[in-house]
Amino acid sequence: MSALVRPYGDTRGDGMAQLSFTLPVPHGPRAEGAALLLARKMGMDPAMVVHSHPIGPEFTFFVVYGSVTHTVDLDEVTVVERDYPLLTPGEVNTAVRQRLRRELVVVGACIGTDAHTVGIDAICNIKGFAGEKGLEYYRELRVVNLGAQVPVPDLVKRARAERADAVLVSQVVTQRDAHLRNTREMSAAFREAMGERRPLLVAGGPRFDPRMAADLGVDRVFSRGTTPGEVASYLAHAIAGPTGPTGPARAESASTDPTRADPVANPEATRP
Amino acid sequence: MALLDLDPRAVATARRLAERAAAPVIDLARRHTTVSLERATLRLAGITGADHTHRAGDVPWVNRVVDTVRAHCGLDHGAALPVFHALAEHGLGTLTDLAEATAAGQVQYRVPTGADAARAEGSARAAIARGLRAVDRNRADRDRLVADLGDPPRRPWLYLIVATGDIDEDVVQAANAARAGADVIAVIRSTGQSLLDYVPEGATHHGFAGTYATEENFRIMRAAMDEVSREVGRYIRVTNYASGLCMSEIAVLAGLRRLDMMLNDSMYGILFRDINPVRTFVDQRFSRQIHARAGIIINTGEDNYLTTDDAVDAAHTVTVSQLLNERFAHEAGLGDHLLGLGHAFEIDPALPDSFRLELAHALLARELFPDAPLKWMPPTKHMTGDVFNGYLLNGFFNLAGALTGQSILLVGMMTEAVATPFLSDRDLALRNVRHVLDAAGGLAEDFRPAPGGLIVKRAHQVLGEAVDLLARIADDGLLNAIAEGTFGLMKRPADQGRGADGVIAKAEGYRNPATDLLDTGGDQ
Repeated sequence: MSALVRPYGDTRGDGMAQLSFTLPVPHGPRAEGAALLLARKMGMDPAMVVHSHPIGPEFTFFVVYGSVTHTVDLDEVTVVERDYPLLTPGEVNTAVRQRLRRELVVVGACIGTDAHTVGIDAICNIKGFAGEKGLEYYRELRVVNLGAQVPVPDLVKRARAERADAVLVSQVVTQRDAHLRNTREMSAAFREAMGERRPLLVAGGPRFDPRMAADLGVDRVFSRGTTPGEVASYLAHAIAGPTGPTGPARAESASTDPTRADPVANPEATRP
Repeated sequence: MALLDLDPRAVATARRLAERAAAPVIDLARRHTTVSLERATLRLAGITGADHTHRAGDVPWVNRVVDTVRAHCGLDHGAALPVFHALAEHGLGTLTDLAEATAAGQVQYRVPTGADAARAEGSARAAIARGLRAVDRNRADRDRLVADLGDPPRRPWLYLIVATGDIDEDVVQAANAARAGADVIAVIRSTGQSLLDYVPEGATHHGFAGTYATEENFRIMRAAMDEVSREVGRYIRVTNYASGLCMSEIAVLAGLRRLDMMLNDSMYGILFRDINPVRTFVDQRFSRQIHARAGIIINTGEDNYLTTDDAVDAAHTVTVSQLLNERFAHEAGLGDHLLGLGHAFEIDPALPDSFRLELAHALLARELFPDAPLKWMPPTKHMTGDVFNGYLLNGFFNLAGALTGQSILLVGMMTEAVATPFLSDRDLALRNVRHVLDAAGGLAEDFRPAPGGLIVKRAHQVLGEAVDLLARIADDGLLNAIAEGTFGLMKRPADQGRGADGVIAKAEGYRNPATDLLDTGGDQ
């Protein structure tokens, strides 16, 4: 059986697809012509503009149907698997309850001079981000969000006092690579103070490269667009996963990057 | 017209219980002040601008002054008298001069006594009254513009959101939205602003998923919408957020820059931002007094409970919160016509009869608050990324809004949970609303839920559950209820949360001409 596929409209192999978009062109024959040309360049041939209407004087909206000339060979499809499953809040709670048999303690902070709590709050606050509730929403997670400008020694002290399973550190300000310097300082302080008994260390921020975890001395780095659900799933996997807490060696797993597109949806879009 | 045949005694009981539950909290709010309330007072008195030389970046002058007053003599007597006493004592011309001298370490603040106190209070009162007269003028300007240009031709008013992070881009998007039919423009705030203990300064261009609320941004948007209002021939209202740690100050800035609606919930910051409950209630009372004075419609945030809790199981918590918000608002001087109480279309569409249940909840709100401009919020929790299904769901949401006489309709986007709206998403969303209002806007006239039918029974049930919960809250205390996780599943003890250190118990001799003038309605 062939592994080649095309879109399916109503007959196998017809390649039919639908598409909608807006062009910054006033409504009219010229705009329709441009839309058809674009569709053709996108691989739709023949293409039909089945609908168009103006949006204000300068824009036109189109719905286009057409047969896609491309095929896809299923054998060529490679999927970047994240190395942990994405769980629902309920599944995270169940995993923690069953495997840890107690609350999983998370301490979050912005360290150094960074006063931007946007990231840590988006992950921790119940309000959440991108339509997902923050870690506070998870019944089996106990979240201690220390907020902005937390000195590293205070963070270590508090993490110890709270018996933190994981420490989340957010860094938004990146002037002169402050985020990298601060994160290394943080991981070194935890290694020195607690050695192998240190909590899971997670760093996050829009300018981090997820592949730098080992270099920064942390277990995981999350970059732009990370949602609370991804972090919670990771925590459940790393701390309450099937293999249980894995100690310092777990740093190696951090090379696989749960990449994802830019932040989706505006979490504040309809909420105060 | 009453369609639900609600028992007037149950409604009266609900209001009586809400009043009882709110009373101790109002008393608590009267006995405390906050750093934000004191800063708001000085903003009314005319302090503007920021210290651009501070090592922490731009620090608003009002923060420098209030922090210094607090360090020197505490805030339990209020900031106004120490500030105006120092102004006279140092022979300084303006509050900005005083702020600069404060930053240079040249000012020693103390609480004046005797004739000094009377003099300081007199000049503080005169300055603050000037600020309030500016707020009064803005209210009169709005009334005049609405009279000249007109209100939107029909209800509900269409409320659309812009959120680019850059005030200049916001203006472009807002103008396009207004031309396409939006009646109210809300500028979403940058994520996390609610937790800043200062109000940023100036025009801003780099927000996170929203644009910072600043006095200058308010001014820019209001001026642009005044222009568009004339172009489209109706008054376009502008909305922002009086919430978070600077709730009081932002309310003042909204009054000074003629914003028209402000998100201003009594419990949202506590529950969803972990802001200290006492701080929130103190700032909330002051901000609502300002909103009342400025003729600003508040929008409350009950929709949020339904995003964290189940929209059917927790429906009565919405009603309870609406009744509490109403009580707090009335006490602060807001009339029913300024109460944009919130609720939302968030029932799982897979649930049988979900639309009938939505109608029951929406009608209940409508009949409990017949004179309030209710704000009807679109589905978000069950918007999955299937934009086709989302468009259908928004159609049902719009129909429910039309059928139950909602006042302000937040236009739902089919791309909710996918991307920040495209130009075409807004356009399609407005077409959806227009179609429903054109096709079925008058359907309310023919709509009579059957007596004893599902809708009527459900509304009665929710009201009953709300009364039961209010009784528990009135007995246990609202602060305890919040601490125990009654709303939105969050547990927030009264002595915890952000900004707790910014709450100050008033001393016997606490003076604040702003609250005096707001309490009495005076302007001199």
